[in-house]
Amino acid sequence: MTAATGIGARVLRTEDKRFLTGNGRYVDDLPLARATYAYFLRSPHAHAKIKSIDISAAAKMPGVVNIFTGKDLVDAKVGGLICGWVVKDKHGQPHKAPAHPVMAVDTVRYVGDTVAMVVANTYDEAKDAAESIKVDYEVKPANVDPGRALDKGAVEVHPEAPGNLVYDWEIGVKADVDAAFAKAAHVTKLDLINNRLIPNAMEPRAAAADYDKGTGQYTLWSTSQNPHVLRLILSAFVLGIPEHKLRVIAPDVGGGFGSKIFCYADETMVCWAASRVGRPIKWTAERSESFQTDCHGRDHVTHAELAMDKDGKFLALKVDTIANMGAYLSTFSTAVPTYLYATLLAGQYTTPLIYANVKAVFTHTAPVDAYRGAGRPEATFVIESIVSKAAAEMKMDPAELRRKNFIPSTAFPYQTPVALQYDSGNYPPIIDEAIKIADYKGFEARRAEAKSRGKLRGIGFSSYIEACGLAPSQVIGQLGGGVGQWEAAQIKFNPTGNVQIMTGSHSHGQSHETTFAQIVSDKLGVPMEQIEIVHGDTATTPFGMGTYGSRSLAVGGSAIMKAADKIIAKGKKIAAHLMEASVADVVFENGTFKVAGTDKNVPLAQVVFAAYVPHNYPLAEVEPGMDENAFYDPANFVYPAGTQICEVEIDPDTGEVEIVNFTAVDDFGNIINPMVVEGQVHGGIVQGIGQALLEAAVYDKATGQLISGSYMDYTMPRADDVPSFKLGYKVTPCPHNPLGVKGCGEAGAIASPAAVMNAVHNALAPIGVKHVEMPATPLNVWQSIQGAQRQAAE
Amino acid sequence: MSISVAMTVNGKAVSGKVEARTLLVQFLREHLGMTGTHVGCDTSQCGACVIHVDGKSVKSCTMLAVQAEGAKVTTIEGLAASPDKLHPMQEAFRENHALQCGFCTPGMVMSAIDMVKRHNYQLDEATVRRELEGNLCRCTGYHNIVKAILAAAPAMKSAGV
Repeated sequence: MTAATGIGARVLRTEDKRFLTGNGRYVDDLPLARATYAYFLRSPHAHAKIKSIDISAAAKMPGVVNIFTGKDLVDAKVGGLICGWVVKDKHGQPHKAPAHPVMAVDTVRYVGDTVAMVVANTYDEAKDAAESIKVDYEVKPANVDPGRALDKGAVEVHPEAPGNLVYDWEIGVKADVDAAFAKAAHVTKLDLINNRLIPNAMEPRAAAADYDKGTGQYTLWSTSQNPHVLRLILSAFVLGIPEHKLRVIAPDVGGGFGSKIFCYADETMVCWAASRVGRPIKWTAERSESFQTDCHGRDHVTHAELAMDKDGKFLALKVDTIANMGAYLSTFSTAVPTYLYATLLAGQYTTPLIYANVKAVFTHTAPVDAYRGAGRPEATFVIESIVSKAAAEMKMDPAELRRKNFIPSTAFPYQTPVALQYDSGNYPPIIDEAIKIADYKGFEARRAEAKSRGKLRGIGFSSYIEACGLAPSQVIGQLGGGVGQWEAAQIKFNPTGNVQIMTGSHSHGQSHETTFAQIVSDKLGVPMEQIEIVHGDTATTPFGMGTYGSRSLAVGGSAIMKAADKIIAKGKKIAAHLMEASVADVVFENGTFKVAGTDKNVPLAQVVFAAYVPHNYPLAEVEPGMDENAFYDPANFVYPAGTQICEVEIDPDTGEVEIVNFTAVDDFGNIINPMVVEGQVHGGIVQGIGQALLEAAVYDKATGQLISGSYMDYTMPRADDVPSFKLGYKVTPCPHNPLGVKGCGEAGAIASPAAVMNAVHNALAPIGVKHVEMPATPLNVWQSIQGAQRQAAE
Repeated sequence: MSISVAMTVNGKAVSGKVEARTLLVQFLREHLGMTGTHVGCDTSQCGACVIHVDGKSVKSCTMLAVQAEGAKVTTIEGLAASPDKLHPMQEAFRENHALQCGFCTPGMVMSAIDMVKRHNYQLDEATVRRELEGNLCRCTGYHNIVKAILAAAPAMKSAGV
């Protein structure tokens, strides 16, 4: 297709016009005639026994249609919410899996646990009535600190999980790693906390449901990243509605970042109650509910050790992590701190021996699950923090130490000691380019200049690798995952020549309507304006796994390519007939079938028309119509990699950290639309900066209350907290998918916390500060500086 | 108790009966069905609901519907002269990829227009970033939003809007 809209072109987005004119259609925007509105009463306690729930006064309140409690679900034999990934511990035993009731029955286990659902004629009436529900709680002590959850005597969250242990899991051979440590010339040790985060997609989660009495069909509109998976879970495990009687629609969705992958209590209730209420039900979370009930992210306590020889060559890495799962196991929670975390601990390096032990724990906090990067940011933070610390201890240049240990470009495919086999990559040119863009050579002069202004300037590197493009189904199956991880696509030409692409992926900001159309435009020569990308509706799209793990393009885009190949193969047969040529002689170029070596040609649109009006058509050999399906199951993960360099200035009087320069150079394989990729990188970097400098989900240790429960308490990155970014690219195409693409959705957030914190440590090292935990807020940094000064004085 | 309220929204006279506690954003979304204005929080922090009331940007979740009695309200739906002729700020957001999921976008655009006018079409990056403190975006990292606003300022001036 024309360079203007094909693969690699900076094409403006198809979806923008509706969003810019107020014509987006998010779940809360849906007009539903005769709708009722739901409000959920949430637990105000982190841990309490429910002695009784009295709904009698609430039921008499104006406008109330119905009130449901956990007991109604027990009576109706509704199943619990599920965790779809079985992780086996180091003794081969499956993880502890206590029941996760949709609404609490006799015990609440975190602030925000769902206690009752009020359905009324208006939202305000439902909320008013909820205030009149009398719940008699017997409040119990809570455990919210993952670092103390395994302590003897810690309050247990579930009797089925003694000592709060979900699993004790390991990868690698500990004895081999210990032997390598015994021979090391230098060992760097690091304790760190990967701070708990709250995803905060700008659109709060929402659900609406309608039940058709005549057909027995439920329709659930949900802010879901993966409507087919949500339907499957609700159908097969929770509600028992036959899959073909449940339609899930995820219309425009205002950001997800992982938090909208999972099957939640409230959307389950809205769907279940729709048939009982007999009218449509709408529910939209208030932001304070989002804070309390969206799955949170990260929350690791880690000790790591890196063994090196005298030249700084990495010999072995040892990592012990406690991972907080919250009060219940969310949909994919168990996989995050294991298969998405410890398998990444080789990073970009040849470290030959790695051992990781992960203990997952229950606490009286909201469930923790995948959040942008999911395990890979945690792994990158461990590796890149300890590598920079090692460089400082060994008085080596941090870039040099990284280079010394990079996997050489000749070593791919490269088998790491932690299960993954990296397919491709070339890391040295990436760091070289980042160093050039960031003017690393000029840094010491800038540091000196900053010092003259009383500022502490620092620079930090982060060279990340990620495994994304989830995922080869058989590998996932071997690791305990409960689903396939392929993606599906359907390319349906209409008789007039325009085309609809149905994808199992879902866009909630990622720009599929543009980039997927570019692929089809490039491959089939159809103009962009004649292509419609259809996604997010189980009734109109093929069963697919949705969008997470930077998989949409690498897996979903590849499925589209496969379907396009089928269109071309079929079109060749029709074209051969129309041109009275042999199929073997027909080629397809720029939207036209040609007989090689002649001027005979027939455009695709004419072939499509012939397929729908098969008057002159090889009906004996070829079916009419032009409508092809494809499923693509990837051969491996994809492995984007890159280096970020962050430069900060710290005001020692206030502790304020300012990011003054930020460079990111990435290898995402081939790029479909550079404008879209840049946007993904910017957004990811800022989420990582948020983690490093601003954001923290804080539960009060004594009461279990969520202290950071609103935008007044949880610091979201704002425009003046971050700089503009300098980006660069290197390309090693993915060798095993037809587009040669990797994935760009999570990279920014995976790498940037380490880049920022390494810069902070670099800035503070000259004044003796050893370690600052995230988020490096002014208070946190100032206290670290005071501590270092006190120590120096003693 | 319901109260009658009347105002002009995007040049059209509208009226309705609301509760005293009905917020202006609820009136727009639920009574008028104008769902372009979004609600992203409950503490007046996120800015997804920014509209213009008598020419000034306002978080429509901080104002009661009855307080807008007689006011001239402009929402995101009222900006474009026609479906094909976007406001220069909308155009700049599109040209600069200043939106991803689109949820914060209506409030961002409305705040940005007000910002450009208050600064008499003269803005620099630091000013734009400071002025955006009342609008949260979780997708873009702000980089392209800042670029778009800086690009829109001269475009608005030459378009006379």
